Amino acid sequence: MIRFIVSRLIGMVLVLIVVSLVTFLIFQAVPLLAKSSPVYYYIGKAPATPELLKTLTHRFGFDQPLPAQYWSYLAGFFGKSITDGTSAPVQCDFPCFGYSFRRNELVSTLIVQALPVTISLCIGAAILWLVGGLLVGTLSGLKPGSFTDRAGMTGALAAVSLPIFFTGPVLLLVFVYTLGWLPDNGGYVDITVNPAQWFLSLLLPWVCLAFLFAALYARLTRSNVLETMGEDYIRTARAKGLDRRTIVVKHGLRAALTPIVTIFGIDIGSLIGTTIITEQVFNLRGLGTLSIQAISSLDLPVMLGVTVVAAFALVVANFIVDLLYAVIDPRVTV
Amino acid sequence: MSLSGPTEFEAVAADDGLSGSGLQGDGEPSPDATSSDIAGRSLWAIAWSHLKRDKLALAGGVVIVLFILLAVFADPIATAYANITGRAGDTYATAHNTPPNDVLDTLTGLPVGDFSGVSGKYWLGVIPLSGQDMLTNLLYGARTSLVIAGLATVLSLVLGVLAGVISGFYRGWVDTVLSRIMDVLLSFPTLLFSLALVSVSGIISTSSFLRYAVIVFVLGFFAFPYIGRIVRGQVLSLREKEFVEAARSLGAGNARIMFREIAPNLVGPILVYATLSIPNNILGEAGLSFLGVGVIPPTPSWGQMLSDAGGYIQVDPFYIFLPGLAIFITVLAFNLFGDGLRDALDPKAGGR
Repeated sequence: MIRFIVSRLIGMVLVLIVVSLVTFLIFQAVPLLAKSSPVYYYIGKAPATPELLKTLTHRFGFDQPLPAQYWSYLAGFFGKSITDGTSAPVQCDFPCFGYSFRRNELVSTLIVQALPVTISLCIGAAILWLVGGLLVGTLSGLKPGSFTDRAGMTGALAAVSLPIFFTGPVLLLVFVYTLGWLPDNGGYVDITVNPAQWFLSLLLPWVCLAFLFAALYARLTRSNVLETMGEDYIRTARAKGLDRRTIVVKHGLRAALTPIVTIFGIDIGSLIGTTIITEQVFNLRGLGTLSIQAISSLDLPVMLGVTVVAAFALVVANFIVDLLYAVIDPRVTV
Repeated sequence: MSLSGPTEFEAVAADDGLSGSGLQGDGEPSPDATSSDIAGRSLWAIAWSHLKRDKLALAGGVVIVLFILLAVFADPIATAYANITGRAGDTYATAHNTPPNDVLDTLTGLPVGDFSGVSGKYWLGVIPLSGQDMLTNLLYGARTSLVIAGLATVLSLVLGVLAGVISGFYRGWVDTVLSRIMDVLLSFPTLLFSLALVSVSGIISTSSFLRYAVIVFVLGFFAFPYIGRIVRGQVLSLREKEFVEAARSLGAGNARIMFREIAPNLVGPILVYATLSIPNNILGEAGLSFLGVGVIPPTPSWGQMLSDAGGYIQVDPFYIFLPGLAIFITVLAFNLFGDGLRDALDPKAGGR
């Protein structure tokens, strides 16, 4: 078990190193390719004078060879002092994602502000899609070819073909603008401010996001259930005279749902990087919106910070899933 | 499916009891034909016989063909449409420069009339503010979707098959390295990286060709590990088969065995993957366009139209449904056909 954990941890560090290398290449090497200084995108504007550009290029280390730049970029995560040469230096402690001169804010502060929105969105949607997807998938898988099965699977196929940026505005049109059942509050209300408002403000985003995933889970659950229910041990259980409920719940679902655990963990981890569109549609100021704003204003420190956080979430989720899987399925351990 | 000849078609039709020729004496059509009937049929003939009974998949196939035809012949269709409606020479690009005054409200920029200004002149109405014809834009949007999704799928196929065949065939450290790379890529926050790459590429050049290329790259490159893994698994088992041994004993080299002996066996899974990957890439392109990092206007894109329509949802609600339905129908068609194809090519999925 310890060997397993260690090897997974090494893999995790490897992924993070690659992610950091790629982000570094994208954000620092590509501007060099274009013969344009990364300084512009770091301080969010053209430096006032050519001398200042020179000073900043030197201070940020952009005049050093690329490997040295990468090293100081890595070291920067553990804290540094940042200034654009005109303002007072800002101390940035570990985990340091840099400072956004466009917003005059530490990137970590911006991320911490945006995180509750994205996490609320992710958790609510995950509960919805897990319940919905498993229910539809199980019912379909138990009675293949039935009306429930056909309706469920056709619905699931339709659901994966509907982009959120179509369903989202249409749901808004129907439930907010036409029927007026949901408030038009233009975005997220924090749970600590008003739990009811929080719930209502997130209801449509949850449904939209969950719809997409529920469809995938329903299809997956169906095929797993179908396969498991055909196994010999299910026949044995049936031959023993166990009632259907026990067979399905205790013997069938347990085995059928194990692979779902894996996928669920990975999806939750990757969700932080995929809620961008949902946040954009429903005007939620989470990590996704933060990254889109950073992109449109070429605010590279923010873009970089969000990317690293998203990669970290994904890697941690993968790690937890691997551990969980080893616990659930003893065959996995070495 | 051009791979199966007409004679096979007839044989299959006979099996299904559709042609009425009495292979089965009692005339009872049976999906599980006796083994002697099946013997001698190619995989494609069997697949076709399954697919033919899958009405949804066939409907999907028809829509796909229609979509491809519309995208390929967008120019002549748009010209003919403009001529019929008395707006000769009016393309999406020129309409952008001169919004016709009679179709837009001069104060609000909204289309005049119901349903985004549907009329004999503009069959599906016009786009607010620009006054461009909706139908023409949808038509060229199909082309954008098809070109980008198609090229991205080709890219992921080439990379994925290469990586999968090589790592499955050589195993050992080559496999370890390639599989690790694929694993790492799978745990990338893909959308964020795509956004970053597309936006940073704008620093180098704002040419729409580069933008096209970068979009194709991010969609294709981040997807290749999926097909790579499937192919690797298949190759791992195929390489142990007798025909590989036979080829080797005849003196065939590694390259020949990999790409002439093993690879043709992968056509089934690759075809299924390709059919299911195109809708993903269509959604991907639309998503990037929706987020403002897709193809550069005035090139029409369904995602861009949806993004634009979101802003008019209260005043011109009809707008959003057209590009939305276009995406939905196209993607659904590919998904239906891909699903049907997978079931048809999967020997385990009999009895449907």
